Amino acid sequence: MTNEILLAGFGGQGILFMGKMLAYFGLYEDKQVSWLPSYGPEMRGGTCNCSVCISDDPIGSPLVDEPNTLIVMNTPSYDKFINTVVPGGIALIDSTLVDGKCDRTDINVFYVPATALANENNMKGMANIILLGKLLKETNITSMETVRKAMEKVIPPKKAHLIETNIKAIELGMAQ
Amino acid sequence: MAEKTLMKGNEALAEAAIRAGCKCFFGYPITPQTEISAYLSKRMPKVGGVFLQAESEVAAINMVYGCAGSGIRCMTSSSSPGISLKTEGISYIAGADLPCVIINVQRGGPGLGGIQPSQADYWQVTHALGHGDFHALVFAPASVQEMVNTVTKAFDLADQFRMPAVILADGLLGQMMEPVQFEECEIKMSDASKKPWAACGHKNERKHNIINSLYLKPEQLEDTIKERFERYEKVKANHTEAVCDYCEDAEIVVVAYGSTARLAKSAVDAARKEGIKAGIVRPVTLWPFPVNELNEACRNAKKVLTVEMSMGQMVDDVKLALNCSKPVEFLGRTGGVIPKPAEILAKIKEMGGND
Repeated sequence: MTNEILLAGFGGQGILFMGKMLAYFGLYEDKQVSWLPSYGPEMRGGTCNCSVCISDDPIGSPLVDEPNTLIVMNTPSYDKFINTVVPGGIALIDSTLVDGKCDRTDINVFYVPATALANENNMKGMANIILLGKLLKETNITSMETVRKAMEKVIPPKKAHLIETNIKAIELGMAQ
Repeated sequence: MAEKTLMKGNEALAEAAIRAGCKCFFGYPITPQTEISAYLSKRMPKVGGVFLQAESEVAAINMVYGCAGSGIRCMTSSSSPGISLKTEGISYIAGADLPCVIINVQRGGPGLGGIQPSQADYWQVTHALGHGDFHALVFAPASVQEMVNTVTKAFDLADQFRMPAVILADGLLGQMMEPVQFEECEIKMSDASKKPWAACGHKNERKHNIINSLYLKPEQLEDTIKERFERYEKVKANHTEAVCDYCEDAEIVVVAYGSTARLAKSAVDAARKEGIKAGIVRPVTLWPFPVNELNEACRNAKKVLTVEMSMGQMVDDVKLALNCSKPVEFLGRTGGVIPKPAEILAKIKEMGGND
């Protein structure tokens, strides 16, 4: 079973960072993982997306075009990807930035006003982490212990003071 | 460092080069391989090596030529259009019998092409990496960990046979992150004084070496080339490599290299689940081409399918290797489009894997 995850939004929202966290969750759970960014010209100020695969078996294609799990943080990405989610999959939507409401009944859709929550809670720029928290709650993808281990690995030493705020952002997401 | 960590393919190649004893890197940025330069610009000075961003790809390969002549392990990297620029220098390096490692993280071509993954440089790298009668060793890893393992092998064989070695990757392998593990080992030292041909300091203890690729007497040039091709025969006899899966009873054998082999492997796994007797051969060395391995794997095959991210290049070598003893079909996507495992599976079924 491969969990194929697609993350999409604007450059600067921490899409690739969120992907890296997810990949480390998989690595620390002894799974096979891959992480692949979009590296086209769309990166420059436009939309940005990232494919993450977490699997028990060796990963063939690291490119995800039919995700089990979709996280979108802007309207263009929502429009582009919402119909690619496989039936039974889940979609997490930052409802502060995406107006649309999905009428698909074959997938589980969660609306989290992540950007507004981040701004209200002095966590500016951590909407991505709040969404990650929501994903943890809905899928049990990993344990809090692993989340902390991954945070400590991915957050560079000079930003280590932000680890606790990131953990709080995860918890805030889990409370949604 | 024995801990498993996630690294981009490009960064892993760069770190592996340092551990393989590469002391000098000469490069020029181009998507999708620039992380190699970026990583080495930070790391190389810390291990007492040289990182140099040249003014062009042509300059970079000629710096490699000079550096390799002094017996020091050195490397350059680029992507397709940049490799075309380097080919003159590569031919000189081969003509002077010098070892070096060249990385090509392929993108779409011809011309500036695109920046997405491609395998359209197969013909160039295996058949015409410059003018003249010569070959380069060509390795085609299929994962980030394998790229790491390939770098040391490439440097070692390049030194042993005094010829350039190419690691042929593509944008997918260069950009993706996968878990990697580096063996606990000291950084290898390449000792120039153990290379009797090297143009390095010798305290007047021997005659000075001259490194050159110009031979004006045809007979002398012919002898030089023949000696080189005798070395190539040794490479062909001992250093071909392929990974074969499910080939013992396979009626349809898929042949694919590099990242395409991963996609093809997914398709073959899916075919097996449906009861289709499919197998896969992944050439790891593209030159020398694993002729014997392929023939062995195709022993029971009724048909062969080559899958590439190109309009069909390796497929020629597959036909030559099999001496047209089996029908060989082709499936390819090009221009930066990555084939889907489902497309490959559909092709396997269309070829009669269903009856």
